[in-house]
Amino acid sequence: MSERAHELVTFDNVGLRYGTEPEVLRDLSFTLFPGSFYFLTGASGAGKTSLLKMLYLAQRPSRGAIRMFGKDLITLPREQMPQLRRKLGVVFQDFRLISHLTAFDNVALPLRVAGVREAELTDPVTEMLEWVGLGHRIEAVPTTMSGGEQQRVAIARAVIGRPQLLIADEPTGNVDPEMAQRLLQLFERMNSLGTTVIVATHDINLLRSMPDSLIMRLQKGNLLDPTGALRYPPQIGRRALDEGIGK
Amino acid sequence: MKRPPLIGRSLARDLVPFGGKRVDRLVPRSRSRGPIPWVIAIMIALTVMTAAAGIALGNLIDRAESDLSGALTVQIIEANAEVRDAQAQRAAELLIADSAVTSVRVVPQEELAQLLDPWIGDTAASQGGIPIPALVDAELAGVASTEETARLNAMLLEEIPTARVDAQSAWLRPVYDALSSLRYMALGLIVLLALGSAAAVWLAARSAFSTHKQTIEIVHLLGGTDRQIAQIFQRTVAFDALLGGAAGLALGSVAIWLVGGRFAAIDSGIVTGGNLRLTDWALLFAIPLGGIALAMLTARATVLSALRRML
Repeated sequence: MSERAHELVTFDNVGLRYGTEPEVLRDLSFTLFPGSFYFLTGASGAGKTSLLKMLYLAQRPSRGAIRMFGKDLITLPREQMPQLRRKLGVVFQDFRLISHLTAFDNVALPLRVAGVREAELTDPVTEMLEWVGLGHRIEAVPTTMSGGEQQRVAIARAVIGRPQLLIADEPTGNVDPEMAQRLLQLFERMNSLGTTVIVATHDINLLRSMPDSLIMRLQKGNLLDPTGALRYPPQIGRRALDEGIGK
Repeated sequence: MKRPPLIGRSLARDLVPFGGKRVDRLVPRSRSRGPIPWVIAIMIALTVMTAAAGIALGNLIDRAESDLSGALTVQIIEANAEVRDAQAQRAAELLIADSAVTSVRVVPQEELAQLLDPWIGDTAASQGGIPIPALVDAELAGVASTEETARLNAMLLEEIPTARVDAQSAWLRPVYDALSSLRYMALGLIVLLALGSAAAVWLAARSAFSTHKQTIEIVHLLGGTDRQIAQIFQRTVAFDALLGGAAGLALGSVAIWLVGGRFAAIDSGIVTGGNLRLTDWALLFAIPLGGIALAMLTARATVLSALRRML
């Protein structure tokens, strides 16, 4: 089996600019390997959300090459994009729940889009909502929920379809430390079952609680990768936090 | 810690279409459904009425053409009344002897006088003050073509130099042409109304698309295909078009019924020819179905075109 077969996502000299503005991301080259857990860090405006947008297929790069699930995204026909998106789970920073749907319907949406029968989705969706502590809020609509509750619904929606790549943008920003820990355990559990997880966060405690994760640090649109661990074969091991985020 | 629930890989995928009640709630409907059902209702009512007028005109022309297609009129232009009458009788005998002619009728002098009364007055015509040509109506087995008319004219001229044969349909040709142009105008109106309806649906679909853009983006990012997203709008627009189509058909039908009643009261042969047949009504009832299909196709094309601008 070739080495490429082990690569879930590969960015090669990727740059991104909006319109005629200067590039917000420059020369990004990294590989996400199956079963790995990554944290994406960086100051506000460093380009984390732009990078995540390219990862969850909402934005094409201005230059460079991206391969995802063995497909070249630059040449991939638009009609094949939905099949790739169904392999992703995304927790958006602003949750992006459908405001007039109940928590149940929001979480069930990825399964319905994928064609899962109604009879087969009721139990998992209910169970997932119970697991994130919202078993009593199944019929609530997002407008009646707190920020933390909405965030948990968003997370439940992202993981319900058992994605191959889970992308989370500040997933613990609106929850208390106990719930943050609980959600991180959910991500860890997903990761242990084979899902590659990438979490964008400012939360230092979250980083400390996952010492075996790899850290992607963005600084002014550049990806810092002094050891080359993000580009070359996986070295999933303990990273010195000081090296990664302390500076 | 309890194991998080995960949906199994064995779950059936892509087996259940993303439609029906599964998507119905994605685009919420307000109690008032907006102007689109009303716009469609008006457009369908106008289309039904225009189509009915066009069909009635067509029927009228067909009926008149069919009635008159084999009809000929022979004029005997002779000042002497006795000679004229004798020539008219002789013309009738010659015509009925021809194999192409099925029936012949010499129009009585009184009937001619009655026809001319409005123009030259009753005394002048009936008392022989003004010489009136004698008329002989003849019906052919086939169509009174130019060639057939010329042949019969030549035959009559051998014995009756004052005879002149005319096909009745030829007199009415300018009237038929004028009526036909009205029929084409009705067709043109129907096309314009269809374009107007499509434009209204296009605007409504664009507006709905922009209102529900966030929902669409979410479904899109969750792996929804363009076809699935277009279905959400097609369903909504189809329901609006169904309501509007039913109302428009009812409105149009009532109008046709009322106007038809007024024409029926005239009890004239040519007007009765414009009556709508069962197949015509079937065509009129199919118009709302065409309207629904047009609305759905327009909504689909609008949404697909907007989606193509997303990655």
